[in-house]
Amino acid sequence: MRSGPAFAAGLFRYLPIVFLLLLWHMASTFHLVSTAVLPPLSSVLSSGYDLVSTAEFWDNTGSSMYRGGMGLLLAIVIGGALGIAMAWWKPIRYVSSPLVEIFYPLPKSALIPITALWLGFGDASKILLIFLGCMLPVTIGAFNGARGAEQTLIWSARSLGASRWRTLLDVVVPSALPELLNGARTALALSFILLVSSEMIVARKGLGYLIGFLGDGGNYDAMFAVVLVVAALGFFADRVYLAFARRVLRWRE
Amino acid sequence: MDSAVLDRAAAGGAQAANAQIVIDRLSHTYRPAHGRPVLAIDDVSLTVGRREFLALLGPSGCGKSTLLYQLGGFLPTETGTITVDGKKVQGPGPDRGIVFQHFALFPWKTVRANVMYGLQRMSLPKAEQERRAQEFIDLVGLSGFEDSYPSQLSGGMKQRCAIARTLAIDPEILLMDEPFGALDAQTRHLMQTELLAIWNRSPKTVIFVTHDVQEAVYLAQRVAVMSARPGRIKAIIDLDFDRRDPHLTKSKAFVDKVDEIWELVRGEAIKAQAGKA
Repeated sequence: MRSGPAFAAGLFRYLPIVFLLLLWHMASTFHLVSTAVLPPLSSVLSSGYDLVSTAEFWDNTGSSMYRGGMGLLLAIVIGGALGIAMAWWKPIRYVSSPLVEIFYPLPKSALIPITALWLGFGDASKILLIFLGCMLPVTIGAFNGARGAEQTLIWSARSLGASRWRTLLDVVVPSALPELLNGARTALALSFILLVSSEMIVARKGLGYLIGFLGDGGNYDAMFAVVLVVAALGFFADRVYLAFARRVLRWRE
Repeated sequence: MDSAVLDRAAAGGAQAANAQIVIDRLSHTYRPAHGRPVLAIDDVSLTVGRREFLALLGPSGCGKSTLLYQLGGFLPTETGTITVDGKKVQGPGPDRGIVFQHFALFPWKTVRANVMYGLQRMSLPKAEQERRAQEFIDLVGLSGFEDSYPSQLSGGMKQRCAIARTLAIDPEILLMDEPFGALDAQTRHLMQTELLAIWNRSPKTVIFVTHDVQEAVYLAQRVAVMSARPGRIKAIIDLDFDRRDPHLTKSKAFVDKVDEIWELVRGEAIKAQAGKA
């Protein structure tokens, strides 16, 4: 549990956000910006309030979370395993390294039409896109972490009676974890980008779709509200992730 | 040359009856990915008796750690052979426990979990594993720190934990790679005394790598002095001190022995320095 002063310090830290919202409010109150460009914060909040009381909004949020969560989970599990395998077995490294190098700088949004072509407009194409797009930062983190596993730790495990396979699980995997988890945080941020952009382009559901749909219909108050929801979701996902990572790596403190 | 300095053939012969480890004409070459191959060990033969405490002494870079890693089975033997109890060393195993200079504790495991690790690899009942782990944690004086992570321990405590982890699986041979080299002088002295006490209580074959002459003379029954790279056995010195004597390190016999061995090592240390320049 957080103590009082720590909570106050946390509030203080996010003061600039409060300041930004205040600026937004004043911009529309004093007609500094046209409401056609930036609707007043109060109308955004009230249409946001209306929105969250509809089943449609939760349906869209649910399907976005499902797509993002599944894609990210696959990216972390498969990407992490690939990175560790590349560090541990030379043949896998020789086969995968050039593929990783070529694929890494590719803008993953370029895959949006391809995954839609393969798997259609539904969940599967988004999950595949997020998996492919988010995997490599995890793979590279896991690879670097696993290669950095200390030789004397591996030798210690072996001389304490661990098989090669056990040594991989008990020494190499935990050694890879700090950098793997760093890569996964990058992947988390990427997953939101890919999720929303793919849903805006090729989907009939999801928060990205909702933003596009509301914007096309001229319902800008509600559109801004959904953008705020996406921003808040991204922020909280990152916070939860950081707390999780800190818990997993608590031995480092 | 002093009569205690035996040539290596004679030393091998003297120990042969009770030999546990036989190193026969061992050479090792490092082949780095870039640069020229380096001959680290050149034609080393050495016999170590059961429950003997042997120090491998030499300047840094002389190949003494390489020799230890080959005994541990961590590096492949290319030229020559190493046998333990008549069996060729072909890989690491729990019969040869190792303690490293920088502890090599699993940083994500607590003291207890580190000490338990080797015990979990044996087919022992859980209760027995826990009992033995506690026994060795108590032995090295880490009671009360069972749930601490290595990052929360001092250097000396980390090495105590590593020693407990290795002793817990009851290896017949204890390989120690400059185990006290990373500790401050006071802690080092304390650990040396405790290691001797542990060894007296349950004697094991110990191969103790060090570049500290005083440490070698204080701990070992025999000191094998290695030459600068490529590592060869330059001399083997038998020691017969009463380690229970608290004033031992100040006695004339002890100081003279340290001086005598230091004379042997000094030339090699200078060569090793020149080799680096």
